[in-house]
Amino acid sequence: MDATELYGKLKKIHEAKGYYFSDDHQRVMELLEALLINKDRYGYMACPCRLASGDRESDRDIICPCEYREPDVAEFGSCYCNLYVSKAWNDGTIDREYVPERRPPEKMGL
Amino acid sequence: MTDKPVKVFSLSTCSHCKSTKRLLDECTVKYEFVDVDLLDGDERKAILEDVKKFNPRCSFPTVVIGDDVIVGYKEDKIKEALGL
Repeated sequence: MDATELYGKLKKIHEAKGYYFSDDHQRVMELLEALLINKDRYGYMACPCRLASGDRESDRDIICPCEYREPDVAEFGSCYCNLYVSKAWNDGTIDREYVPERRPPEKMGL
Repeated sequence: MTDKPVKVFSLSTCSHCKSTKRLLDECTVKYEFVDVDLLDGDERKAILEDVKKFNPRCSFPTVVIGDDVIVGYKEDKIKEALGL
């Protein structure tokens, strides 16, 4: 699968749930390519903006769409990576703040 | 322009890390970077210990400009630390 195919597939599934791809198309395609790199690397689409351990069980919360997408989009209008956003984020009716990391550090096995 | 050392701890796949490197390139700033996801084993552990000193959450990018530590792609703060 390439990033264009993945785009079409995910768009359909996630828009129906109210999560939209960011209007920064270049960034979205970069992130989708990164998800495919992680799929090759780890066997699952780990979040490209977080350091995956390579252990599926430890990384379960950061397999895209991660567990933090829902609270992040609810609070900031965007997930941590700026891949999935709310309609208001794309419409420009809310400020585009930098989304802080919500994942507890202990989940990183540090 | 700053003569402070600039170091970026990044991930090769991360969009915020890419934006940070792009910004530094555009500002023609010399910097070192390490893509932590491309490291394995002891090498990765050792770098993570370094990152933890600057940013206990170990999130990326972690940008170190002299004594300033900027977590995440924050254009204004990076430019300020660079004296731009």
